[in-house]
Amino acid sequence: MKSIYLDNSATTYTDPEVLKEMLPYFTEVFGNASSQHAFGREALKAVDKARQQVAKAIGCNPNEVYFTSGGTESDNWAIKGIALAHQNKGKHIITSCIEHPAVIKTCKALEKQGFEVTYLKVDNEGFISLDELEKSIREDTILISIMTANNEVGTIEPIRKIGEIAHKHRVIFHTDAVQAIGNVPINVSEDNIDLLSMSGHKFYGPKGVGVLYKRNGLKIGRFMDGGEQERNMRASTINTPAIVGLGKAIESAVENMDKNNAHVREVRDWFVKEVQSRISDIYFNGPKDMDKRLPSNANFSFEFIEGESILMLLDMAGIAVSSGSACSSGSLEPSYVLLSIGVPIEVAHGTIRFSFGKNNTMEEAQYTVDKLVETVNRLREMSPLFKQVKGEDKYV
Amino acid sequence: MYNEKVREAFANPKNVGFIEDADGVGKVGNPTCGDIMEISLKIKDNVIVDAKFRTFGCAAAIATSSTATEMVKGMTIDEALKLTNSQVVEKLEGLPPQKIHCSVLAEEAIKEAIKDYQSKNK
Repeated sequence: MKSIYLDNSATTYTDPEVLKEMLPYFTEVFGNASSQHAFGREALKAVDKARQQVAKAIGCNPNEVYFTSGGTESDNWAIKGIALAHQNKGKHIITSCIEHPAVIKTCKALEKQGFEVTYLKVDNEGFISLDELEKSIREDTILISIMTANNEVGTIEPIRKIGEIAHKHRVIFHTDAVQAIGNVPINVSEDNIDLLSMSGHKFYGPKGVGVLYKRNGLKIGRFMDGGEQERNMRASTINTPAIVGLGKAIESAVENMDKNNAHVREVRDWFVKEVQSRISDIYFNGPKDMDKRLPSNANFSFEFIEGESILMLLDMAGIAVSSGSACSSGSLEPSYVLLSIGVPIEVAHGTIRFSFGKNNTMEEAQYTVDKLVETVNRLREMSPLFKQVKGEDKYV
Repeated sequence: MYNEKVREAFANPKNVGFIEDADGVGKVGNPTCGDIMEISLKIKDNVIVDAKFRTFGCAAAIATSSTATEMVKGMTIDEALKLTNSQVVEKLEGLPPQKIHCSVLAEEAIKEAIKDYQSKNK
């Protein structure tokens, strides 16, 4: 059976080149990067190199790069760390209603501790309104946290302008760039970013490692207490092999961004057109302007059927996708992102995210469309809603 | 998360469709919850001789619809009214906890269909 992976927004494979760089740091160069001896120094050298690779990729200074365990930790640290360190100035935070749970739930946790949070609404393509953002800023606003690109519908937010507005009002700007790194060009100084979160396994690096970029001079609380790693800001033994992998992965992701994006876009754009021409009664969610969405992302709602059933039938045909329907995640509510962009709740249940990667081929996209057509037809045959709406039903 | 039995019932469901000259039809659930189950029954001499379903819902909803329609075929009305969702779940050798409500829908749809039949045949 075929095996086609179209869930690259969930995670990418670790590139063999990346893995090759990592391997010696498990065995030969195993020293603790904080140790004084030769074993430690050699490990530290590798970590320093990775720090430089990250700095070069996002246009910051190496000492503004802090290695973490992943995107979730970076988001938690950025938001809680800034909130605690700047609460004397104020206790108001602005974010959007389509952020990743790592941001939204962190904000909810802060609300319980007396912080106030404004969740900006988005339009039907997932964009925040810059006017609304500016109007929401108050005397006591300390932080704006808006994602660079949305994980479900692929919307790329105007972060440079968001940063501009934040800085005009002397508010700190954090962006969750977990989905964007390697897909969207980012330069933290040109884009007015004070803090940025990323995660290694979204750009062909390993899992369990991420970065928080924090502008020098910006006060932030410690997140992990313990040893003095990461300039005494983030305790825990340095995860040398993973950090080496992240460094290599971001270097090659940024170097090859144009080439990879061109390929991924070609496959994705063909796929989207083909699905739109062969399947009726669908919603194409997220920006219609393909330049304003992640090159990898295609998100469709198929009316009259349910996402998990689509996911499972595709899985049985060897195709791995993600369902926007919460059924698969254990809750019965459909995705809050889809509801926020105005997809009707009954339609939101029938949503699938296809996220393409650099190795997906046109043939794979073709096979997927064929199987998707079969799947959708089959489930619609089974659905009482379809026949009714189509007027083919005698019994209503 | 689903066992093989559920996956099989979902992948190759039995009794898909609608009985045009049904004696009783039951439809439960609603689209905003992401589940609608419709069961149509053909009843002769108090015995369910045919059962079909159409379902909008997840894999568990489709699997339980298929299994429930298989189970009630050949049952008398009284027997079918006593069919519980746990019997359907048992037949499927278990469902994930958050999917149990799908089996409740199957039980309700059958009861609705029988009620519909009874109201027409008073």
